[in-house]
Amino acid sequence: MNDIVDPRSLDRPNSYIGRSVPRPNIRKLVEGAARYVDDVILPRMLHAAFVRSPHPHARIVRIDVSAALSIPGVVKAFTGADLAPHCEPWVAVLAHLKGMKSAPQRPLPLDVATWAGEAIVAVVAETRALAEDAAARVVVDYEPLPAVTDMETALDPATPVIHADLGDNLVFERTNESGDVEAAFRTAHKVVSATFHTGRHTGVTLEPRSILADFNRATGQLVVHHSTQAPHMIRDVLARHLRLPEADVRVICGDVGGSYGIKVHVYPDEMAVAVIAKLMGRPVKFIADRLESFSSDIHARDHRIEGRLAVDAAGRILAFDIDDLTGIGPYSVYPRTSAVEGNQVVNLIGGPYDFAHYRARTTVVLQNKTPTCQYRAVGHPIATAVTEGLVDLAAEALGMDPLDFRLKNLMADGSYPRTSPAGMKFEGLSHVESLEALRKMIDYPALRADQVAARARGIHRGIGFASFIELTNPSPFMYGIGGARISAQDGCTVRIDPDGTVLAATGVTEQGQGTEAIIAQIVAEAVGVPMSSVRVVTGDTLATPYGGGTWACRGAGIGGEAALRAGRATKEAALVVAGSMLQAAPDTLDIVMGNIVDRAGGAVRMPLSELGRIVYFRGDTLPAELPRELMQTRHFITTQFPFAFTNGIQASWLEVDIDTGMVNLLKHWCVEDCGRVINPMLVDEQVRGGVVQGIGGALYEHCVYSPDGHLLMGSMADYLTPMAAEMPDIEVGHVETPTRESALGAKGAGEAGTAGAPAAIMNAINDALRPLGARVFAQPFTPARILAALGRIPTETA
Amino acid sequence: MKSPPLGYVRAMDMPDVFRLRANAGPDARVLAGGQSLLPTLAFRLSDPGTLIDITRVDALRGIRLVADGALRVGALTTHAELGRDALVRVRVPVLADAVGLIAHPAIRNRGTIGGSLAYADPAAELPAVCVALDAVVIAVGPAGERRIAARDFLTGLFTTALAGDELIAAVEFRPMPGRRTVIHELARRSGDYAMAGIVLAAGPGTPTHDPRPVFFGVGDRPILATRAAACLAVGGAAALAAAQAALDGDLDPPSDQHGGPAFKRQLARVLLARAVNSLIDARDAR
Ligand SMILES: Cc1cc2nc3c(=O)[nH]c(=O)nc-3n(C[C@H](O)[C@H](O)[C@H](O)COP(=O)(O)OP(=O)(O)OC[C@H]3O[C@@H](n4cnc5c(N)ncnc54)[C@H](O)[C@@H]3O)c2cc1C
Repeated sequence: MNDIVDPRSLDRPNSYIGRSVPRPNIRKLVEGAARYVDDVILPRMLHAAFVRSPHPHARIVRIDVSAALSIPGVVKAFTGADLAPHCEPWVAVLAHLKGMKSAPQRPLPLDVATWAGEAIVAVVAETRALAEDAAARVVVDYEPLPAVTDMETALDPATPVIHADLGDNLVFERTNESGDVEAAFRTAHKVVSATFHTGRHTGVTLEPRSILADFNRATGQLVVHHSTQAPHMIRDVLARHLRLPEADVRVICGDVGGSYGIKVHVYPDEMAVAVIAKLMGRPVKFIADRLESFSSDIHARDHRIEGRLAVDAAGRILAFDIDDLTGIGPYSVYPRTSAVEGNQVVNLIGGPYDFAHYRARTTVVLQNKTPTCQYRAVGHPIATAVTEGLVDLAAEALGMDPLDFRLKNLMADGSYPRTSPAGMKFEGLSHVESLEALRKMIDYPALRADQVAARARGIHRGIGFASFIELTNPSPFMYGIGGARISAQDGCTVRIDPDGTVLAATGVTEQGQGTEAIIAQIVAEAVGVPMSSVRVVTGDTLATPYGGGTWACRGAGIGGEAALRAGRATKEAALVVAGSMLQAAPDTLDIVMGNIVDRAGGAVRMPLSELGRIVYFRGDTLPAELPRELMQTRHFITTQFPFAFTNGIQASWLEVDIDTGMVNLLKHWCVEDCGRVINPMLVDEQVRGGVVQGIGGALYEHCVYSPDGHLLMGSMADYLTPMAAEMPDIEVGHVETPTRESALGAKGAGEAGTAGAPAAIMNAINDALRPLGARVFAQPFTPARILAALGRIPTETA
Repeated sequence: MKSPPLGYVRAMDMPDVFRLRANAGPDARVLAGGQSLLPTLAFRLSDPGTLIDITRVDALRGIRLVADGALRVGALTTHAELGRDALVRVRVPVLADAVGLIAHPAIRNRGTIGGSLAYADPAAELPAVCVALDAVVIAVGPAGERRIAARDFLTGLFTTALAGDELIAAVEFRPMPGRRTVIHELARRSGDYAMAGIVLAAGPGTPTHDPRPVFFGVGDRPILATRAAACLAVGGAAALAAAQAALDGDLDPPSDQHGGPAFKRQLARVLLARAVNSLIDARDAR
C-alpha cells in the first residue's frame, strides 16, 4: 500500500499527486471573499498608528503626547518607556553563527532612534484616521546624531558606533574555506574578477503587514490575528516576551495576501500592538500602510561582493575567492537573524560546479537604515549572480561558449551524494540534464543566429544563463541548532467524518501560493477520496499540529510528507473497520474515490460514508475491541541531509537599447528540478512569480537612500515593482529527481525563480553589450547605469 | 494612510463653485478626477480642509468646435474621453496619442485635462501637448474669463498662472492646417510618468518648417527647446545633429530617481531624433 509515490500511477482514480488541479481556494481569493486581518472586526476594537522617526539616528530628548490625547476618540499613547516594563527585549543572534552579536531591541526604543521610519510612539484611537490625526500631533524632540550609512566604512575607527555596548558595528564575520585557494590562483591559466552590487530591495506584499491582538483579561488568553508565515513561532515569541504561558497565546492566521519572507519576522511595531492590547484589555488592530511599509518592512540584499574565479587551460574551474560585505540596518532581526543572508552567500557561491578550492568571506555590519532580513530566496540571487557573472567572464576569457563552459564544469548528474567545497551536502541533482533540457527549449542555435542578424541591423540582443542550486526542506540545522525556537518539523492530522469527507489540519500555512491545494491533493490520494471531499485547515495554533509554517521552501516537502503519512495512516485505520464490517481481511480492501472496494477487481463494497455512519453513530454494532481511529496525526522531519537542495537553470533573452539604456525582455526560460512535482500548474506559477520577483531586483526595485540615511523612495510610484506589461513570456520545464528522504519525494519550488533570474538577466545584458566593451554588475541595471557603462554618459548619482 | 479630516461640498453650476469657494476659505481645493489630489491627501501632504467637487458642473464639460474653428475641450473631459473622441481624432490627434501614454485605464477614466493642467506636473503629457500646440487655457473667475497661452499658464513646478479664485473652464486648440504633431516618451514601465518626453509639432509641409519641440520630464515645466528648433528649421543633413547638440543650451534638467542631468539630456537627444524621424516617416507614409 505504501509504495513511493509514482506519477506513472496518474491513470488511477483519485491519483492527484502530479496533476495540475486548480486550487480550491482560488475563487475566494479572486472574488474578494477572502478574510484578511483587516476584515476581522471585534467589539471594543481600537486602532494603532505610529509616530516614526524622521531621522536615521537621533537621541529622543522629549516626547509630548498631550495635544494628541486631546483629540476626541483618541484613547491612549505609548512611548518606549511605557511598554518596556511589559515586554522582554530580544537579541537576534544564533549560537551556530559563531561570534554573532546584536543589541537588545524593544517594541519602541527607549532613548535613541536608529533608522528613519523606526516606530517611536504608538497612538491608539477609535479609528485609524483618528490615530493618524493624533500621531501627527505628537511632539518628539530629537537631537540628531551622526548616521552610519555607508557599509564600506561602517567598521572604520572614525565611524560612530551605533550601539556603544557592542563595541563596534560588526555583527558577524565568517570565512568559509577549503582547499588551497592561493595556490590555485597562482597556477591558474586565467583569472577573472568583478565587483557586484545586489541593491537593497524589499518584498512588496499585496496585503501589508497586519496584526489584531485581543487580550481577554478574564481568561488571560491573548488571541492574535496575524498575517504571518509562522503562527507557532509567533505564538512562542509572544508568550515568552509578553511573559504569558504559551498555552494562553493563540495565533490565528487567516488568508494572507503574499508574504515572500517579509512576514516571517518579529516586527517591533507589531510587538508593541500585542503589548498594548494586553495592557488595555482591548483588541488593537494595526495595518501597516504602504508608506510606512517601505521604511518598516524588512529590506534585503544590500551587498557588495568582490569575486575572483580561476580556471585552467582546459577550461576547468579551479577556485572561487569571494569577499562579501553587507549592511543590515541597526539591529539583527529576530528570531532568524540578519546574518543568515550573508551566511547563505558564502555557502552557496559556486554551488552548481565541480571544483576544489574555495574561499568566501562575509562581513555583516550595522548601519542606520531599515533592518534587513530574509526575503524570498535568501542569499541565493546574490550567490547566483556572483557565481554566474564570474562563470560568464571566465567563458569569455577562454573564448568558450557559455553553455559549453557550464557543461564542462557542472557537477555530473551521476556523482551524488556529494559535498561541495563550501560544505553543502547534495543528495541528488540534475544540472546536466536540466541544461540539456533548457538548450532544447530555447533553440540555442536559432537564438544565436538571430542575435547576429539583429546586430547587423544595429539591434543589440543578448542571451544569459544562470545555473543555480536552491536550499529547501530545511532541517533544524538552519535555525534550531542556533537556539531559535523555530520548528523544522511539521505535522498533519487527517480525520474521516461521518459523511465520508476528510478534514486535514496542517502546520504549514497558506500565503496565496497554494499550500492548501497540494495538501488536499496529497490527502485525497492518500486516503482515497475525491479532492472535493477534502477540507484543509491551516493557520491556527489552537487547531493544527505544531509546525514551522511557510519558509525556506518547506510546505510541500515537509508538510506534504506529513500529510501523505497521516492520510495513509487514516486509510489503514479505516480499512481495519471496513474489514470488520465486510468480514474481509483489511489488506484485501482499498479506498478509491470515496468507496471501500476490493483491492483485487475493484468491486465497490460500500461508500466511505457508510463506514462513517456506523463508526460515529452505530459503534454498538462493531466488535467492542475494534479500533475505530478515523483520525490520525503524523509528523515529518528530515534527518539525513541538512537541506534538500534543488537545482535548475534559467535563460534570459533580451534587447538593450544602447541609446536609452533601456532593457526590453523578450523571453525567459527556467528548467528546474524540485523533485516530485505535486501540482505542475502551481510549481509553474511559483517559478514564474519567482522569476518576476528576480526581474524586479535585477531591473527595477531599489530602496534608494540619500548619503545621510534618508530613504528617498516612499510609494509605489517611485519604488518600481515589475509590472505585467514589461514581463516576458516565461517558459518552465521540469526535471524530477525526487528526494529519497520521503515517500513523497518533493523538494521546495518557491524560490528557484528568484534565485536565478537576476543572474540570467545580468548575463544577457552583458552578452548584448559585449561587442561594445561594456559590462554592468550593479543591480538594478537601470537605464542610467547601462548608459554609463556604455560611456554614453558620465557616471552620475541621481 | 488615511486622509486628514475633510469637508466635502458639491457644486452644481459655476456660481455655486464661486460661492462655495468664497465660503470655504483659501485652503479649499476643487476636486475634479481626484487622481492627483486624493493621493496627496492620502499621504497627508496637503490638508485643504474642504473639497469642492466640480464634476457635476456642466459648463466645464464637452468637446466642441467654437466660432473661430478652434476645438474647445472642457476642463472636466477625462483622459479616456479625450482618447476616444471622434472630433479630437480628426482635429488634434496628438491629444489622443498622448492619452495612451498617461497612467493606466482606471486613472484615465477619472483624471481630467483641467486637473492635469492645474496640477502642472512637469512630467505630464497634456500640458506639454498644450504648449507645443500653442493652446489657450480659458480661466474663469467671479470677474469673468481670461484667455492664457499655455506656455504662460505653466509657470513652474506644480504652479500655474491661475488666480486663487479662478478655475480652468476649458482648453482651446486653434486649427493648424497641415501641421503635424507627434509625441514620444521614455518610461521604465508602461503607465509611469515619463523619465523624459517630447511633443514635436511642425509643418505645414516638411518637418523642418516651423518646428516646435517641447520636452517634458526634464525641467520644472514643459520646455520649448528654441535653440534646437532653430537648428531644425535650417534643414539639411546636419540639422538633427546640430539640434541635438543645441539641446544642451535649451535644457537644464534636474536629477530625479532615474538619473542625473547628463542622463536626461541623453534621453532628450534620443527623443528629438525619434520625433523628427517619425514626422518624416509619417510624411513618407502618405
Ligand atoms: C498612478 C498614477 C499615475 C499617473 N500617471 C500619469 C502620467 O503618466 N501622466 C500624467 O499626465 N498624469 C498621470 N497621473 C495624473 C493624472 O493624469 C491626473 O488625473 C491628473 O494629473 C489630474 O487630474 P484630475 O482630474 O485627477 O485632478 P484632481 O486630482 O482632481 O486635481 C488636481 C489638482 O488640480 C486642481 N484642479 C482640478 N481641476 C481643476 C480645474 N478645472 N480648475 C482649477 N483647478 C483644478 C485640483 O484642485 C487639484 O489641486 C497619474 C496619476 C496616478 C494616480
